Amino acid sequence: MANMSPKKNEMPVQAPEIRCRNFDEVALGYSEETAIDEAKRCLNCKNMPCVEGCPVKIHIPEFIAKVAQGDFQGAYDVIYKSSSLPAVCGRVCPQERQCESKCVRGIKGEPVGIGRLERFVADWYMKNGKAKANDVVKNGKRIAVVGSGPSGLTCAGDLAKKGYDVTVFEALHIAGGVLVYGIPEFRLPKDIVKREIENLKALGVEIVTNAVIGKTETVDELLEDGFEAVFIGSGAGLPRFMNIPGENLNGVYSANEFLTRTNLMKAYKENSATPIIHAKRVAVVGGGNVAMDAARCAMRLGAEEVYIVYRRSMEELPARREEVEHAQEEGIIFKTLNNPVEILGDENNFVRGIRCIKMELGEPDESGRRSPVEVPNSEYDLEVDAVIMSIGTSPNPLIRNTTVGLDTDRRGCIITKNEGGLTTKTGVYAGGDAVTGAATVILAMGAGKSAAEAIDEYVKSK
Amino acid sequence: MFLIKEKTELNPTVTKMVVDAPRVARKAQAGQFIILRVDEEGERIPLTIADYDRGLGTITIIFQVVGATTMKLNQLNKGDFIQDFVGPLGKASEVEGFKKVAVIGGGVGCAIAYPTAKALKENGAEVHSVVGFRNQDLVILKEEFEEVSDKFVLMSDDGSCGEKGLVTDALRKLVEGGEKYDMVIAIGPLIMMKFVCLLTKELGIKTVVSMNPIMIDGTGMCGGCRLTVGGEMKFACVDGPDFDGHQVDFDEVIRRSSMYRETESKHREETCNLFKEAQK
Repeated sequence: MANMSPKKNEMPVQAPEIRCRNFDEVALGYSEETAIDEAKRCLNCKNMPCVEGCPVKIHIPEFIAKVAQGDFQGAYDVIYKSSSLPAVCGRVCPQERQCESKCVRGIKGEPVGIGRLERFVADWYMKNGKAKANDVVKNGKRIAVVGSGPSGLTCAGDLAKKGYDVTVFEALHIAGGVLVYGIPEFRLPKDIVKREIENLKALGVEIVTNAVIGKTETVDELLEDGFEAVFIGSGAGLPRFMNIPGENLNGVYSANEFLTRTNLMKAYKENSATPIIHAKRVAVVGGGNVAMDAARCAMRLGAEEVYIVYRRSMEELPARREEVEHAQEEGIIFKTLNNPVEILGDENNFVRGIRCIKMELGEPDESGRRSPVEVPNSEYDLEVDAVIMSIGTSPNPLIRNTTVGLDTDRRGCIITKNEGGLTTKTGVYAGGDAVTGAATVILAMGAGKSAAEAIDEYVKSK
Repeated sequence: MFLIKEKTELNPTVTKMVVDAPRVARKAQAGQFIILRVDEEGERIPLTIADYDRGLGTITIIFQVVGATTMKLNQLNKGDFIQDFVGPLGKASEVEGFKKVAVIGGGVGCAIAYPTAKALKENGAEVHSVVGFRNQDLVILKEEFEEVSDKFVLMSDDGSCGEKGLVTDALRKLVEGGEKYDMVIAIGPLIMMKFVCLLTKELGIKTVVSMNPIMIDGTGMCGGCRLTVGGEMKFACVDGPDFDGHQVDFDEVIRRSSMYRETESKHREETCNLFKEAQK
């Protein structure tokens, strides 16, 4: 009997006033009963519109049907066919713009909580599941993957499942890319990432840390060393700044630096030796997921007031809806339609404030969003002691500068010729932020997945 | 894990280590750096490559014990392992096509200046080295410098070795004595590099400095190492570490280098106390 409730089962969460001072996970996850109840809201549509909305094409109605029957292992097996990192996707995908946006139940009410169910299944599996015997038949062919973020791990996982010997090269000292240095503990516990990576290792994927491709070795050398193909998933790289006065004052961080200090270098732990400024009042410039993460980390590190300074309005915020809501509940103040014009310093060159100008929305620009224009003479100063710039990144030059025949576009993004991520260099594929510029985890995973297919075809046709 | 094959104390606060790191050694060039983490909980610190041996697969690092991390590193001995060791990072120094170069080293910066002096010599340049230390006890790499230099000048703040005075005094004297340099390379404390640059600007000699700012990943991701060069924002890790010294905003770099002074001294204090406890 279908559950015809127009509303999703609520996700249990830590109370805002408590969670805004700790780094434990915010969302606590469905219980078995709630999961089954939510799964029963799925109408099991024949044409499966939700699958269309999923970048890695998980067989959504099929796994949800298994959940409804209480067959959680079965549900996991369905998801795992399409996704190598289900516990990650269930937590960080913008489902409201993907699978759930296509759900028929969403027409007259709320869509099925697909993301929450995916997370439930993945978490259930981590606790109770039985690892399947590794019955992959190795084909003896080696593939190199550059970067161990979402696109690299997905590509590696899919290729390993097809029998390839995959080696992943990671520049940092641990694997996971943005999943470990960027996304904070309270949104994606590092234990979960670690276990997903352990699953990949069990499939035979080898991970080499402390290897900066473009420096320690080049892509061309990897090909000479006998790798049949190389997948570049090196991420977005260099943080952007605004080119306004005061950006080099002490207390101005890129979001990458602030999050890396907090997460990867563990400044969130009380006795950590990692230096970080524990600011009382913080302005985060930008409106994406990274900006929300930085703002909520700053709050948890002890800030009393945290502002999001964003030049468009609430409607245009690119962040995942749930993150915006959680940030608001935690007391983050949204200064939308505001743009910084200068960062102000004290006599010791530490940040003392940020000068903003008010904005209003004008005509739509090429992105289709109404472009913000300055309101004349509306400057005002906001008193803050740290500023975090979260306005995107541009691709890292290390690989493009050292790889013969690898073309990049005007912005420095690697040019790909088709959906499979083939670059202008034979045998070299790319995906994720290195191709698109800063985007989402799931889009990167989708790219890693298509590239794995393309690499498999390429190697077979060789 | 990376094996420490040799450890030598060059002076009471400066240590040399030879580390087994064949992947890094294969590519290392003068002017590049590595990033290391002493242990699982450690921070990432950048250190310039002082020497390398591709055949043996080793990298030599020379560091001054200044903070909690270098203190922990200095506790390790021959036969111990360093948790993480990544590189070579940054761009190599330009060492080709020079006729006569003055290499200026200050304090532990001499450890970085030496491989550059050596590489310049190997590439056919006449090398004049001017190295400065606070006093006789702190002198490092004297013989090494002498070996690769056509002219070698040792300076000390207190006159306890070499000539009494600053490296800038020595450089001015050389130039006024008729030496003509295509280039000056200055590596040492920020304040020294700043004053060398002020002098060479006046003398009209191209000057390259090596910057070693606060850094985390060393691959361009965090932007913590940014500095202003010729009015533009640059990242020392990927755009440097060598820059045109006449374009660097030294005052800004000096201010940024003090960002964590308070936290650092606190952690150093705590680490010292831990070691004291352990020795009881």
